[in-house]
Amino acid sequence: MNIAVTADDEVRYEARPSATELGPASKRIVVGYGFWIFLLSDIVMFSAFFAAYAVLAHATAGGPGGMQLFNQRSVAIETVCLLVSSYTCGLMSLAIDRSQYGRTYLTAFITFVLGALFLTLEVREFAGMIAMGAGPQRSAFLSAFFTLVGCHGLHVTAGLVWLVVMMAQVAIRGFSATVERRLLCFSLFWHALDIVWVWLFTVVYLMGVLP
Amino acid sequence: MKLLGKLDWSAIPFDQPIIMGASGGMVLAIVAILAWVTLKGYVPYLWREWITSVDHKRIGIMYIILALVMLLRGFSDAIMMRAQQAVAAGGAQGYLPPEHFDQIFSAHGTIMIFFMAMPFVIGMMNFVVPLQLGVRDMAFPTLNSVALGLTASGILLTNISLAVGEFSKAGWVAYPPLSELQFSPGVGVDYYLWALQISGVGTLMTGINFVATILKTRAPGMSYMRMPVFCWTSLAANFLIVAAFPVLTATLAMLLLDRYLGFHFFTIDGQGNAMMYVNLFWVWGHPEVYILVLPAFGIFSEVVSTFSGKPLFGYRSMVAATMSICVLSFIVWLHHFFTMGASANVNGFFGVMTMIIAVPTGVKVFNWLFTMYGGRIRFTVPILWSIGFMVTFVIGGMTGVLMAVPPADFQLHNSLFLIAHFHNVIIGGTVFGLMAGYNYWFPKAFGFKLDERWGRVSFWCWLIGFYVAFMPLYALGLMGMTRRMQHYDVASWQPWLVAAAVGVVIILVGIVSQVIQLVVSIRDREQLKVTDDPWNGRTLEWATASPPPAWNFSVLPQVTDIDTFWKAKQRAQTQSSKERKFEPIEVPKNSATGFVIAFFSVVTGFALIWHIWWMAGVGAIGVFLAMLAFAFRVEEEIEIPADQIARFEKVHQAEIAA
Repeated sequence: MNIAVTADDEVRYEARPSATELGPASKRIVVGYGFWIFLLSDIVMFSAFFAAYAVLAHATAGGPGGMQLFNQRSVAIETVCLLVSSYTCGLMSLAIDRSQYGRTYLTAFITFVLGALFLTLEVREFAGMIAMGAGPQRSAFLSAFFTLVGCHGLHVTAGLVWLVVMMAQVAIRGFSATVERRLLCFSLFWHALDIVWVWLFTVVYLMGVLP
Repeated sequence: MKLLGKLDWSAIPFDQPIIMGASGGMVLAIVAILAWVTLKGYVPYLWREWITSVDHKRIGIMYIILALVMLLRGFSDAIMMRAQQAVAAGGAQGYLPPEHFDQIFSAHGTIMIFFMAMPFVIGMMNFVVPLQLGVRDMAFPTLNSVALGLTASGILLTNISLAVGEFSKAGWVAYPPLSELQFSPGVGVDYYLWALQISGVGTLMTGINFVATILKTRAPGMSYMRMPVFCWTSLAANFLIVAAFPVLTATLAMLLLDRYLGFHFFTIDGQGNAMMYVNLFWVWGHPEVYILVLPAFGIFSEVVSTFSGKPLFGYRSMVAATMSICVLSFIVWLHHFFTMGASANVNGFFGVMTMIIAVPTGVKVFNWLFTMYGGRIRFTVPILWSIGFMVTFVIGGMTGVLMAVPPADFQLHNSLFLIAHFHNVIIGGTVFGLMAGYNYWFPKAFGFKLDERWGRVSFWCWLIGFYVAFMPLYALGLMGMTRRMQHYDVASWQPWLVAAAVGVVIILVGIVSQVIQLVVSIRDREQLKVTDDPWNGRTLEWATASPPPAWNFSVLPQVTDIDTFWKAKQRAQTQSSKERKFEPIEVPKNSATGFVIAFFSVVTGFALIWHIWWMAGVGAIGVFLAMLAFAFRVEEEIEIPADQIARFEKVHQAEIAA
């Protein structure tokens, strides 16, 4: 009985051509896949900074800790900016799928503005901390904090530059296959930064103010 | 602000005759080669066919050339260290002052791991993997060329440190607090850090490229269980690159922040934690040793199977063993520092995991032995290296398991026993594997075999030299000698160190024989000429011309089995290409992106090392503009017309017939 079923399954499996039989995958699949691998490696890098932060979270060297430093309101606004920008980035992907220029530019613009707002708030937070003598040189905890959050901020900056370049490419090249592949990678990147931020928000800003 | 940062004439060590001689020789050699290339008019050819090439075969060969040059550099350091320790006994100080000796052992380790073994392994994978998969190129050809450029940048920076400034004196692992600004205020550690950061980015690109290539682009019909073992081990190694190198990048970035901006990750003040560096470093470092040795295991599998004339014994268990090593390599890192003082349970866990990793490795050794058993073995140079490996590596593996016992490790930690162990596995495993692969695939790359006689001489010198050089170090380790000693008081150590020095001279003869082998083979290339399949091979790389055309396969092979080429030969299914219809093939267009990015990376790296901030900015902008130029290029591929392919095949078939 079982054997028969298995044999039957095998026949059906053999009947349709598997990806293996077709040979090399299309360029869009290969590029998207390669970019996923890159994102995973990037997340591994973040995890090293997370680990360092976790080890040094209480190494304040007599200086201020998260309780004294973190401003929940500002961080909440930052989070909203980034999450909404991810949503508008998703809308941009839909517009690209339908080759709508106007909508693509509009949603890209909103995504850019929200990302820039996020960065501005982050830089203001950093500047405020440095001004009150809580810069990264103060303690190992603050070194780890500035590196982890700053690394995410650098990624957002790179994302913004990338977005501008991509809009220039859309304007010059239109929605060519290459441009669409790159926009796909961009949106993967932008969403990944969101995921990292959710972890960052939890580990740094929520757990950081626990008594 | 000074225009050139910390850089001035005192950076060049005019008072050190040894360094000046070495760097003078290096500069002269580079100038001579450049002059020769220019005068002979080879520059346009080199630019067109090699430097801007995105062909995986060319890139692979360039990686291996870099690796061989760096082997000479790293080996010179080894000779100097062995010579120093052979004479610096009792009150004697030898000929190397401590600060120079420290630079030499740091440079030796850094170069041999990052700039000899890594490029050699990556070059081998680059050349072989797409051919074995039966495809025309890597997933991302230009990225591949950029990765090569960044590796070369790291190599160049390390070699510049010989002439301008100094190299790190903190060992190849650069543990803080010694590597912090407080104790290493010079530029040596900065050279180390920036060279590794830049080449590390290149390595990560390589990893991503190979994972995407192996998982997403294979010839029609090549399912996972039909992939050659070398592709499997390469896949595992590149998984490890993707998962481990970002940790190294993060760790070195933290040390850079400590040194440049006064952060406190690993410092003594500010509640930094130096042991965190050691942990993070080995979270990368232990997978790294498998990144180096797994591809070598793949090479041995191919070589043993080909020259025994048998399919590999236990293909599936080989794949399973490879993948379990891949996973286990991430949970053994603490065995590099049992002496840290973790609890007995933690040390126990890592000790046990370390012993467990010997199990899949043992499976592999038995698979190779059973493949040879009952086979009709042809004793060529590649199989000699493979047999040498099996004997040598088993000894190295057993000393490794010995040190996996934490109480034993407390005695052996940082002693010469450890040095003997890891040279035993890295030379006996990785280097022997690479030499086997070099002799095995050379005819595929260039269309002629390497000279057998000089190959044998080289093998025997390496093998004997290895035992004479490293077995005494086991004894010395048990006698209590620690690593990195510029001089020592115990007279009874000296005979052993003299023996080790003799061993290194025997290895030198082996290396010289290899150079002679190459020269003799190039001279006699007409007699050594081969066609597609000189070794009666089993995998797809032997199904195309030697050297393969830019498009690798005129018609993509259809895969029906493991060792599909072998099976096709047995069924005498060599399709004659006369009736075959060829279609035009798209190949990626050459790109100078890799070269330009590498150039500006060197500028940036050098500027950061010497605190020349404006120049660092210029370099960074240069890298960005190069990427932008690449993003805006119009033509990505060129088409090779069908009649060109038909013409190539016609000439090729005529050559085979003749």
